[in-house]
Amino acid sequence: MYSDLVMEHFRNPRNMGVIEDADGVGEVGNPQCGDMMRISIKVKDDVLDDIKFQTLGCGAAVATSSMVTELAKGKKLDEALEITNKAVAEALGGLPPAKMHCSNLAADGLQAAIKDYRTRKAAA
Amino acid sequence: MNPWHTEEFGNPSTVYSLGLTAANAVQKARESIAKGIGADTEEIYFTSGGTESDDWAILGTAEAQQKKGRHLITSSIEHHAVLESMDYLEKHGCEITRVPVGSGGLVDPEDVRRAIRPDTILVSIMHANNEVGTVEPIAEIGKITREAGVLFHVDAVQTAGKLPIDVNELGVDLLSMSAHKFYGPKGIGLMYLRKRTRISPLFHGGGQEKGRRAGTHNVPGIVGMAKAVELAVARMADDAVREEQLRDRLWAGLNANIEAIYLNGDMVHRLPGNLNVRLDGIEGESMILMLDMEGICVSSGSACTTGSLEPSHVLLALGIPAEHAHGSLRVTLGRSTTAEDIDHFIKVFPPIVARLREMSPVWCANCVCKQRN
Repeated sequence: MYSDLVMEHFRNPRNMGVIEDADGVGEVGNPQCGDMMRISIKVKDDVLDDIKFQTLGCGAAVATSSMVTELAKGKKLDEALEITNKAVAEALGGLPPAKMHCSNLAADGLQAAIKDYRTRKAAA
Repeated sequence: MNPWHTEEFGNPSTVYSLGLTAANAVQKARESIAKGIGADTEEIYFTSGGTESDDWAILGTAEAQQKKGRHLITSSIEHHAVLESMDYLEKHGCEITRVPVGSGGLVDPEDVRRAIRPDTILVSIMHANNEVGTVEPIAEIGKITREAGVLFHVDAVQTAGKLPIDVNELGVDLLSMSAHKFYGPKGIGLMYLRKRTRISPLFHGGGQEKGRRAGTHNVPGIVGMAKAVELAVARMADDAVREEQLRDRLWAGLNANIEAIYLNGDMVHRLPGNLNVRLDGIEGESMILMLDMEGICVSSGSACTTGSLEPSHVLLALGIPAEHAHGSLRVTLGRSTTAEDIDHFIKVFPPIVARLREMSPVWCANCVCKQRN
C-alpha cells in the first residue's frame, strides 16, 4: 500500500519529540478523526533552527510529519511557509489516494507553528 | 476439489452422463451440508458467498412479501452486506428499524419484540459479529419472530463452522453462510431457506436451484465447501476450547503488560477466537503496520482501515467514542494459531505501544490527564 520511503519514515521517523522551550507550536487535526499532529519549532535569526513533531495517526500521518521536518529544518521561515501538503506527499514518492486528504496535514502543522511563533513575537 | 477443476468438466444442469457425475457431486454436497446444520437437503441453496446470501435474503423477501408490508428490522452492528441492503430498501420506500445494542454489543430480544408491527416482513440479526465477536441471542429472537409470524434471517457467516448451528433450534427461516470463513474455498456460500418460505430470486435466467438462483453451479466450490463443513463439524468443539484458551491467555498477557488497554464487547457471549481491544493515545493503522513487521496480521476499527473517514460502525454502536474506536485492534485466532504465536504477541506488542505513545501528542506518560475522563 505504501511506498518504501513512506515505510522507512514510519519505521524511523526523523525529529520525533517535543521542544520544551519552543518558540512556536502548531496543532492540526483532532483525535475524533484519528489524525492529530503537534509540531514545535525553535527559531534563530528567522531560520528554523530546530523542529520536532508528535503525531497520532496512521502510517501516512507519521511519515508526512517526519518528512516535513526534514524539508523545513534550516530553512528561512518564509521559505518553510511555501512547503505544501502536496510537496510533502511528493517528497515521499506519493501516498495512496485515500490518504491524500485525511492524513496529509504535516505542512498545515508547520504553518500553524510558524504562525504561532509570529503571533508570540508580535505580542512580545 | 481438484478433480472438479482438472478432470470433471461436466455441467450438473445437463442431461448427458458427464453432467450427471457433477450433479451427483452437488447433490451429495447438499446432503452433507444440510445434515451439518439440521436442515433438509432441499432447503440448501448455493450462492457465491455471504454477501449474495444476505442481499438475496433481504431484497428477495422484501419483494416477495410486499403485499404483507414494507417494514424490516435489523440491528445497528450488522455486516455491511445487510446494512447496505437495508439502506437500499429504505431509499425505495421500505421502513427500517435498526435496534440498538448494549455496551457489550448484544441485542436485547425484547427490543426486537417491541419493534415488530403488523406490517413487519423480516427480522435480520447476525449470529455473531465480525468485529467484536459477540454471539447474539438468536434462539430467543427466533421464538419471538415465530410467535409473531415474521420471517427471521440470520447472517451466520462468522459462526458457521465455529459454533454449532441447528436451524430448528435457532428458529430461523433464512440463514447465510460463506465457505472461506471456515477454511473452505472463496467465492462459494449458501443460503438455508426454510420450506415454503416465499422469496423472489436475485439472479434470473436459468432453472438452477429450483429457479430461485440462476447460474451454472460452482461445482469445485460446492464440493470444497461440503468438505470444509464436514471437517469443521468434526473438530469444532476441540478448536473452540483451544482457541478460547489462547485468546484468554493473550488478553491476560496484554492486560498485565500494557497500561490503558480495554476490552471491546462482551467477553462471555463471544466467539472463541476473537479478541477486540482499544488503547488510549494510539491510532489503529500504525499498530497494524508495526505488528505486521513482527509477522502478526491483525485488523482495526480505525477509519484508515475501513476505507472511509468514519471509524467502525460497530464500535460506535457499542457507545465507544470515535477517538477510541480509531485506537482499536481486532485479533482473530484460528486453527493455525499456536501458544508460541500468542507469547510472541505478548512480547512484541508492549514496546510497540510504548513507542507509538511516545510519538503521540495526546498521550502523556507521567500525568493523570489520560484521554479517558
